[in-house]
Amino acid sequence: MSVIVYIESQDQEIKKSSLEVASYGRAIADASGTELIAVSFGLDDTSILKHYGVDLIYAISTEEEVYFNSDRLSTTLAKIASEEGSQIIVFSSSANARYIAPLTAAKYEAAYFSNVIGLPLSYKPLTVKRSCFTNKAFNLSTSQKDLAVLSLSSNSFGIIEKEGKGLSKSSAYQESTSDLKVRSVEKTANKVTIADADIVVSGGRGLKGPEHWHLIEDLANVLGAATACSKPVSDMGWRPHSEHVGQTGKPVASNLYIAIGVSGAIQHLAGINSSKVKVVINNDPEAPFFKAADYGIVGDAFEVVPTLIEKLKALKGV
Amino acid sequence: MKILVCISTVPDTTSKINFVDENRAFDTQGVTFIINPNDEFGLTRAIWFQQKEGAEVTVVTVGDSSCEPILRKCLAIGADRAIRIDTVPQDGLSVASQLADLAKREAFDLIITGRESIDYNGGMVGAMLATFLKIPYLANCIHIEKEGDRYNLEREMDGGKELLNGSLPLVIGAQKGLVEEKDLIIPNMRGIMQARQKPLDVIQPQEIKVATAVESFEKPPAKGPVKLIDPTNIEGLIDLLQNEAKVL
Repeated sequence: MSVIVYIESQDQEIKKSSLEVASYGRAIADASGTELIAVSFGLDDTSILKHYGVDLIYAISTEEEVYFNSDRLSTTLAKIASEEGSQIIVFSSSANARYIAPLTAAKYEAAYFSNVIGLPLSYKPLTVKRSCFTNKAFNLSTSQKDLAVLSLSSNSFGIIEKEGKGLSKSSAYQESTSDLKVRSVEKTANKVTIADADIVVSGGRGLKGPEHWHLIEDLANVLGAATACSKPVSDMGWRPHSEHVGQTGKPVASNLYIAIGVSGAIQHLAGINSSKVKVVINNDPEAPFFKAADYGIVGDAFEVVPTLIEKLKALKGV
Repeated sequence: MKILVCISTVPDTTSKINFVDENRAFDTQGVTFIINPNDEFGLTRAIWFQQKEGAEVTVVTVGDSSCEPILRKCLAIGADRAIRIDTVPQDGLSVASQLADLAKREAFDLIITGRESIDYNGGMVGAMLATFLKIPYLANCIHIEKEGDRYNLEREMDGGKELLNGSLPLVIGAQKGLVEEKDLIIPNMRGIMQARQKPLDVIQPQEIKVATAVESFEKPPAKGPVKLIDPTNIEGLIDLLQNEAKVL
């Protein structure tokens, strides 16, 4: 009996979404009277996991592998889950986690639930609440299997410090027979990603052109936020489509979403609906976004945003 | 080169989402159904391979006869033939296992699924299908092109992209970026007429595997009205975000 959580890291630092997943796994382990096991890959120092409720840590050495290998990762996780007799494996909702979670589940024809937004409502059978229809609805789903794999929606549970046993164990990094190989990675400048961000600042057509994007970027910088954009903006090539949020773009589940010059098409609102607090700045009082937002300013972005940046800088002392 | 494109039928992106039968079923009344957008990006790339390299493009869906207009639309867009596996999908595993049974009988070189459907948002069918077929899966695929006898591929990740190289057979999860929105094909009259003559085979499902069941749906609670702040009172906004919403 055990719960397994998959720990992601970047540049030897554990991602916040993984600390949330560990906190969530701890709560499930407590509710079902079992142990919490964390599995990390290529991470040297896993000692902090103990403070987020982890009882047993598998710090897998990835040898010389520098790139993300979905086959080796999912095979290794599945093997540990089998050896530990786990009932639940929890992943974050990062792109990488959502890649390997269903691969891991498929190896045992396990139940897989993505976009889970809270603790299970029952354990026998396992029932979870998840978002569907691109955040326009939720559904309660039950597992018909002994093993369930969950992807937890970002910022849906929070990070909770709690002491675990913090023991460690080792296991081999499983080999791959796949010839699909990563050759290189192209990173977009050293920026906060939409998936990891607490705050997302998003711009729409109201900004009138890519030459005004410094407003979005400056505001994002002072807030430590990720930048995003609406669909027309990415379609017109003002911004890369990796920044497009909405139904066919990236989902956003940040704590604060600030939309500037975004009218709020239904597809855009669906994609950002999981964000907790929404602020809209738009000169059109009829923009649909005002119906979806918590706070709004009807005003000219070119006047409001520079003032907002200035006041926030003063507040943060930068 | 034989390509299989897996198609889901989903409510149009502007649909109002409501539920019936004590919140146990989606209310289809007044809803227009479309090709799942992620699947359509994949289909469009498949047609590109058909035109460029003479690939044969088969579309498949798991569903009842109400899905046939969508399959005809895929044929009008340019697919060579369509297959409907005659069972109502119950979950991602049930769909993936049916598709795997089909793919084991016919050797497809490239199998394309959407990144996820925009209704259930499961995001699992491609990964499960590849696992059952014991072939590699690439999620969030934004590029695939032949180079020699291998393929260059790209995966969109958080904050960048990965450049990969692999060989067929392969399953990819298609999304926007694999083709651009402007490259999507709107069927013309000739395509629509030809689609009527193209084969649409209905086949019976194999053993049905299921892992999960949807018990009920609910809609998010109604949101209160927006709190408007005067554009000259930026301090007021910052104060609300700090002290009321507690997000700064």
